[in-house]
Amino acid sequence: MIRELQEGLFAGGSAEEMINSLFEKIRRSRLNAYNHIAEDQALERAREFDRAPWEGRLAGVPIAIKSSISTKGIETNCSSRILSGYIPPYDAHVIERLKEEGAIIIGKTNMDEFAMGTSTETSYFGPTKNPWDLDRVPGGSSGGSAAAVAAGEAPASLGSDTGGSIRCPASFCGIVGLKPTYGLVSRYGLVSYANSLEQIGPLTANVEDAALMMEAISGHDPRDSTSVKSEGGYLSGLYGGVEGLTFGVPEEYFGEGVDPLVEEAVWDAISKLEELGASWKMVSLPHTKYALAAYYIIAMSVASSNLARFDGLRYGLRLGADQDWHTTFSEIRAAGFGPEVKRRVLLGTYALSAGYYGRYYLKALKVRTLIKQDFERALSAGGADLLVTPTMPVPAFKIGERIEDPLSLYMADVFTVPINLAGVPAISVPCGFADGLPIGLQIIGRHFDEAAVLRAAEAYEDATPYHEAVPKEVI
Amino acid sequence: MAGGDVIIGLEVHVQLNRLHSKLFCGCSTDYHASDPNTHTCPVCLGLPGTLPVVNRRAVEYAIRVALALNCQIQGETLFYRKNYYYPDLPKAFQITQYDFPLGLGGSILIKGEDGEEKKIRITRVHMEEDPGRLVHAGTIDRAKYSMVDYNRCGMSLLEVVTEPDLRSPKEARSFLDKLRNILEYLDVFDGGLEGAMRIDSNISLVGGERAEVKNISSHKGVEKALAYEITRQRSARRRGVAQVQETRHYDELRAITVSIRTKEEAHDYRYFPEPDLVPMRIADWVPKVEAELPELPDAKRERFVAEYGIADDHARSLTSEIRVANFYEVVAKRAPPRLAAAWIADVLKGELNYRDITIDKFSPDHMVEILSMLEGGKITEKGAVEVIRTILDHSGDPSEVTPARVVEAKGLVRAGDDAVKAAVRAAVEESAQAVADYRAGNEKAINFIVGVVMKKTRGRADPGEANRLVKETLDEI
Amino acid sequence: MITGEDVDHISWLASIKVSEEEKAAFVASFNSVLDYFHQLDELATDDVEPTYRVVDLTNVFREDVAKESLSQEESLRNASRTENGYFKSPRIV
Repeated sequence: MIRELQEGLFAGGSAEEMINSLFEKIRRSRLNAYNHIAEDQALERAREFDRAPWEGRLAGVPIAIKSSISTKGIETNCSSRILSGYIPPYDAHVIERLKEEGAIIIGKTNMDEFAMGTSTETSYFGPTKNPWDLDRVPGGSSGGSAAAVAAGEAPASLGSDTGGSIRCPASFCGIVGLKPTYGLVSRYGLVSYANSLEQIGPLTANVEDAALMMEAISGHDPRDSTSVKSEGGYLSGLYGGVEGLTFGVPEEYFGEGVDPLVEEAVWDAISKLEELGASWKMVSLPHTKYALAAYYIIAMSVASSNLARFDGLRYGLRLGADQDWHTTFSEIRAAGFGPEVKRRVLLGTYALSAGYYGRYYLKALKVRTLIKQDFERALSAGGADLLVTPTMPVPAFKIGERIEDPLSLYMADVFTVPINLAGVPAISVPCGFADGLPIGLQIIGRHFDEAAVLRAAEAYEDATPYHEAVPKEVI
Repeated sequence: MAGGDVIIGLEVHVQLNRLHSKLFCGCSTDYHASDPNTHTCPVCLGLPGTLPVVNRRAVEYAIRVALALNCQIQGETLFYRKNYYYPDLPKAFQITQYDFPLGLGGSILIKGEDGEEKKIRITRVHMEEDPGRLVHAGTIDRAKYSMVDYNRCGMSLLEVVTEPDLRSPKEARSFLDKLRNILEYLDVFDGGLEGAMRIDSNISLVGGERAEVKNISSHKGVEKALAYEITRQRSARRRGVAQVQETRHYDELRAITVSIRTKEEAHDYRYFPEPDLVPMRIADWVPKVEAELPELPDAKRERFVAEYGIADDHARSLTSEIRVANFYEVVAKRAPPRLAAAWIADVLKGELNYRDITIDKFSPDHMVEILSMLEGGKITEKGAVEVIRTILDHSGDPSEVTPARVVEAKGLVRAGDDAVKAAVRAAVEESAQAVADYRAGNEKAINFIVGVVMKKTRGRADPGEANRLVKETLDEI
Repeated sequence: MITGEDVDHISWLASIKVSEEEKAAFVASFNSVLDYFHQLDELATDDVEPTYRVVDLTNVFREDVAKESLSQEESLRNASRTENGYFKSPRIV
């Protein structure tokens, strides 16, 4: 997709025209994939490009950015009322990298407020709709980023993934989404939800684009103390095929709670990989059932601290006449946060409060160790090279179906959160449809083995037609 | 004020203001003469998405201090988040240390209330970031609003916590003086800068609950705040009002403490390890820092006594400030060390204090020259003091005022023997009444005659010498 | 079991005002979520080390070099209440 687009640009196409037609499409769209369009900045840069095209792996390519990633001079609101109108004075590391590679930032995509959700329904700016069925959610929390790419409102986008927030919407919208190994992509400029779990990653129309985006955004950044050096080589090794690779199929990721059509699609994918020369075997990740609880405790606890800074004093919402500072802050925060954010911040505050640290936060971090060890064992030398699972247990659900029951919403993350707890990389690629709704295949790798994850995904994609399907609703 | 029933512990926040940049970002530490919110960046303003990165030299300085305070350095140390709301805290948590602080279990020696050396135990030394600065429109309890300047926010702080070993405001003051002195020896700290040292104090009377007094920003303030608090607590006790555990704010302008928080609202800081930072393994680092530690005040004092043969009191005074100690050593190499010690400790320091200026304003060369003139009998002690004062009070080009020029310009050359003798004779002749009084047995009458001699020599006579000659003359007649 | 009083306390700690209506809903949903969390109690973890971070890094530092700050105008740009170069804060007491 990106390659064709660049070929068109360098064959005399106009970046300005291309971006204008995207904006036209976005304006007509019923998806609500964006909450802010950077029209002036994008068109100005496109015109500059048309005057004197620059080099770069993403030269002239329009990219949509999740609203939780800081963009200098462009509103970054995390889909929250409390940050509406906030215009950062700095670019996230990934934005600097995209710009260095020549990309053009076109806008900020809608998301679950502060990335707290699996459906993009908790946005202050209203839910984003699934381009395959407008009554359904696009997944979350990077739902806008996924819907935009699926509907052709952006060739590629960035999302962030704390417990599945890239892979879930990629799966629900029938596109490719990669969560990199923790530490591979700098978090500098990503508004924190749960620091030790999250990574920025690409949402793209195909695997090659994901590899290309990874080449651009990965690598060491001295401003993020948890950032490591990247080996790169995602594109160069992309077409090596799966021959000789062993896929592990975790038994805990099938059975109760999984839609039979999803299971069927995933088993078909495993057969396809086998046809392509890979072997597979059943493996066990025995602590899988504890992952959700551990994940939510960790995420809510640190989120209660991360979101404490939103008090209206330095930026963001300020209401009415000031009273004493505590009352003022409490009222601003009550008005500025939606119910799910309040729920998680309050529960996280409780979990960290005096007397409960050991029972919740510390306990969850210990369970995290067990889950991490599960993955280390399954992916050890002599074990599997990669794991393959459904990304989501079900296809996209209806808007409003789960939002009133937090637990049922949290349950949807059952196959994505263990990956964040372990810190390993995972991709979701389209692997079929259930009643017209896309299904995602999750391929999980060893730490920093994005190259193998992408290579396997590329081989699978190349052998299957699912990524080529286009949602009819939006054309 | 001592009384023996007072228990004081201090939490001292020391800014490592000799660093070039803040603890977690590259903002300059040189903000003291700047407009508000000009030494601020996305990181120290806590803008969404920013991350901290630890300043390596801040850790090195912290190790230096912890070693100098005789602490055990922890091999692995890490940062935590301390969660609480306050308008000066932009992230609503302070990155600080909690479990595994950098240094534990140290001590320093101070001069106690009874004049004896006293060991004050140090519980812990840890690193943290400074919050911003609140400016209240009026006083804290009456202001309609406050204004916030984050220039200071993110400065490297060390928190030095003592055991409750202090027994009076004066001891608290002398602890702080000693701490400041050590920090300046280590070259990590300039105590002269505004906000360099801020003190919270826990104070209680034996058998009572303690009050935490916050916002004390000077060594003098500590004495005043604690004295106020002791009086307040004693008087409350006399009235039968029990002290409750509470936080009080010291209002420097009014020199009183006001209650700002009681225990019912006590904070629950919800500490947890800062996930955006990684642990620091510093065990291998410590020997190198230790090897490079400079000579500290107590060691220097002992060396001065041994090497220069000066009195312990003089050595203590000279070493109580690194700049004075360095000044002394330069002078003592080129002038009689004991004379130099007396003149610097007893005279020069007093003149500097009186003017509230530092010793940098006075050249060691000048001191050597003055001592040399004094020793050679060219000027009197009174003349020497006059030279020092003149030089200190001179406001123009310092090269214009050398001791020699001052002596010449002010005519301070010690009067010759003949001139003094002549002045004595004349003074005795002119002071018939005083002479008569002296003869009648009033020894003090001689002072009047000496005064006349000094007047006649315009101060250039040595008063002791003049006294001796007057007496001789009177006894001869 | 979380009670209404607990919600009041954590609402104070978290600095989020909670209305009476919200409080009742929170009590119910917090208890069901916490119940779910309690399944971790099944696991014996006394001998397990916690995983605070998945990258095994130590001693990550920056050098003590001062860099350019934001201007006062940029620093204050997103604040809705400022005065003479300061952020304007609600009163303290």
